[in-house]
Parts: sequence; structure tokens; C-alpha cells
Amino acid sequence: MNGHATGTETVKRGLAHMLKGGVIMDVVTPEQAKIAEEAGAVAVMALERIPADIRAAGGVARMSHPALIERIMGAVTIPVMAKVRIGHIGEARQLQSLGVDYIDESEVLTPADDLYHLDKHGYTVPFVCGARDLGEALRRIAEGAAMIRSKGEAGSGNIVEAVRHMRAIRDGIAQLVSMPREELVARARDLGAPLELVREVAAHKALPVVLFCAGGVSTPADAALMMELGAEGIFVGSGIFKSTDPAAFARAIVDATTHWQDPDVVLKAHKAIPEEAKAMDGLDIRKLPEHELLATRGT
Amino acid sequence: MAAPTVGVLALQGDVVEHVRALERSGARAVEVRTPEELASVDALVVPGGESTTVIRLLDRFGLTEPIRARVRGGMPFWGTCMGMIVAAHDVAGLDQPTLDLLDVTVRRNAFGRQVDSAEVPLPIPALGTEPFPAVFIRAPWIERTGPSVETLAERDGHGVMVRAGNVLGTSFHPELTHDDRVHGYFLGMIPATR
Repeated sequence: MNGHATGTETVKRGLAHMLKGGVIMDVVTPEQAKIAEEAGAVAVMALERIPADIRAAGGVARMSHPALIERIMGAVTIPVMAKVRIGHIGEARQLQSLGVDYIDESEVLTPADDLYHLDKHGYTVPFVCGARDLGEALRRIAEGAAMIRSKGEAGSGNIVEAVRHMRAIRDGIAQLVSMPREELVARARDLGAPLELVREVAAHKALPVVLFCAGGVSTPADAALMMELGAEGIFVGSGIFKSTDPAAFARAIVDATTHWQDPDVVLKAHKAIPEEAKAMDGLDIRKLPEHELLATRGT
Repeated sequence: MAAPTVGVLALQGDVVEHVRALERSGARAVEVRTPEELASVDALVVPGGESTTVIRLLDRFGLTEPIRARVRGGMPFWGTCMGMIVAAHDVAGLDQPTLDLLDVTVRRNAFGRQVDSAEVPLPIPALGTEPFPAVFIRAPWIERTGPSVETLAERDGHGVMVRAGNVLGTSFHPELTHDDRVHGYFLGMIPATR
């Protein structure tokens, strides 16, 4: 049809709008993808290893084998996302050819480029990127990210970094909104972000793309906390399939994300997880050596 | 005349965009997550989102039967994309439960995956001569329509906007644009605002 346009900013950012209020779950097999879909996930992230196992394995973490991603795409009808290494043009082009619905240019994998992220404007497939603060979020959006997730600390089972990053992003926005217009140029310089985007955030009181939370959610209450702090939806990496009852945790986290404003529903969701089921083990981030932190990659 | 109260189902999806567009069009818009909230509205919009997620949440939170009862009792209903899938009689090739409010068979992701999502200038005669800037995202199309169903727009020979009495369905997302003509058309389906 005349004027038919794919890969526009509207359709790339638009898919993230369709995921709002939902939970995106990391899965490593088609069977896990089905458990996620059955629990009410709005999308799955197809991976060879979940972040907790990437962390444990060490070494270089790369894009997953395309055959695995393809099997997961064949197993569910919800959108399928997959991760590429920061700055890895080769991996990103492969995933676009494969037809994944979203690419996560992710610090959870070992960065391929220690200076530059991908120019994401040049792709038809949309990208989500992590951010620890407003400057990082706006740099990723300037590069073409169609969705932002607060980074948190992936595979840690510890919500503290997710809280820190979500608060930093929201505080950064609140500061811009309350600033006199003449201060925005200097603020853009300090943030290391384009002035155009800084002005847009100040005017609209929000990022121009959807903001999810990631990195450390492992209980229904964690999900409700992050929604309260301003997340528009939740990524759960290791929190589901590193628990001892993935189906129960998955469903409870979905219910808590939907009804985060109603503590009775969040309580009921948590009570529906059998008492003997265990959440994933957590890590004290203060005890992690600097080189094991994922969030400081690609800023 | 008082503005009608239009509910936007807020279990998941692009709720806020519909709320804003409805308010720009002169309605009072409220989010609906519970049967009590449903009881307070004159009409219901089910937004874009993931149909497999929302059909489960409707069931879990006791909204399936109350919505069926209200819509069968004449309450105006509009589903965009996910909302139209949820309202359909059935989903082609999938054993997916639905609310069965609209006598159509939909095919999910019919235009392709996300890389095929597109903006399309869509002729909709019911809205005038200016084409509508239709945003299709992993969009469904209508594969079969029952005798009560009127097709209001087609893309590539497939129905993408349909109406049967008080039930409206669109494959695309007017709420993601600044063109509020479909929202206005829907408000026109609410008897008190005619």
C-alpha cells in the first residue's frame, strides 16, 4: 500500500507501549517460554543462560545460538526478545534477520565495544537498553533505543540497585521539570545528553519512551515496589527460573505487577506461592568485586 | 449534557494513551481493574497489549462474565488490537479463549512480527475522505465476519476495522496518534452523547 512505512519511531516505541503493566521473563528453553506465557508474561527474553548463571560461569557471554531463539519464537505467540553484546553490529544484524521482536543491547553480555553503543536508528527492529540514571537513558534514546530499562544488578536477586537506578532516573526527570528554562543547556552538558531530549523531557515530564525496571526483581513485593517507584513494567531475569517453583513465582509477579496499587492483591499473590517454595538466592552487592558488577558496563 | 464515563481496561497495555485521547475527545475516562470499577462506566475500551496475558488476567480477577454481561446488555465496547482479539468469537489456528462479543475470527500477528509493524494511511469512509494514520503493531486481521458485522476498513483485502451494533474493533492503534477521529466515532456510539 502507498505510504506503508515499517521501522518508524512510532512502531518501534509503540510495541513497548503494548507491553506496559506487564512482566517480561528470561527463558532458556521453549518449555520455560510456555510456562512464562501461561503465567501471563507479556514477552520473553530468549537466552542460553539466565544472568545468575552467566555471572557464575564467568568468561565471555555472547548472543545466544539463533536456533535456540528460533525454537523459543516457535513455542509462544507473545513477543520474543533477545540480547546482543553492547556495540555488536554483527550480532544485531543477525537478530534482525531472524525476526526477533525486540533486541536488548545488554550489559549482561560481555561488551563488544568499550566506547560505543549501536546506532539503533538504522534498524527496523526496536531496541531496549539499560540505564542507571537520566543521562545514560537519554544517551541511549539519542542512539535510537525505543525503550529503556533501569539496569539494576542482573542475576543478583537483590533489588537495591534497581531501586537506586529507578530513583536516579525519576529524580533526574523531576529536576528537569522544576528547572528554569535557562538552566537546561548547562544541565544537558552535565547529563552528557542532547539538549533536544533534555527539553523534551522537561516539557513532557517523562522519558519519550517506555521505562521498565530490570535487575534484581525476585518477589511479588519487589515488582510492586518498582511499579510504585515509577516503572511502567518489569523484567524478571533469574528471579523466576532460579526460584524453586517458577510457575508460582511467575504468576504471582504478574498479578502483583497488574495490581501494584492494591496491597491486598499483592499479598494474595504472594500467599499463592507455596510456603516451601524458595525465591532465588541473593547476593550482597557491596561484597561483589568491582570487575563483577554488570551495571557499570556501557554507560 | 454530562460527559459520558468511559472505562479503559487497565490490566495491561497502552492504557494512558487511550485515557488521554478519550479526554481530548470530551469524555471522562477512568481506569478499570475490578468489577466494581466496570459497573461505574458507560462504555469500555480494551487497549493494545498482549491478548494471552489479558485473557488470563480477566479470568483471574473476575472480569470475564461482568464484561460479557454488560456488553451483551448493550454497553458500547471498543477493542484496539489486543482488545479486538479478546472480543472475537475465535482466533484462527490457536486454541485461545476469548470473550466472544464480536462474531469474527481474527488471525493474530497476521501482518507479520514486529519488523513488519507499520504506519499505513488507511481509507476509512465512515470517518471522511482523509485517510487515517493507522499504526499497526504485530497486528491481527479479520479472517471471517458473521452476518451482523460491518467492515469499516480493509488493508490488503483484510478487515481491520469492524462494527457489530455496540461493539467496535480495530486492528490498529488510534491512541498512538494525534488523530482522535476513531475515539470521536466511538463516543458517538454511546446513546446519551448522540
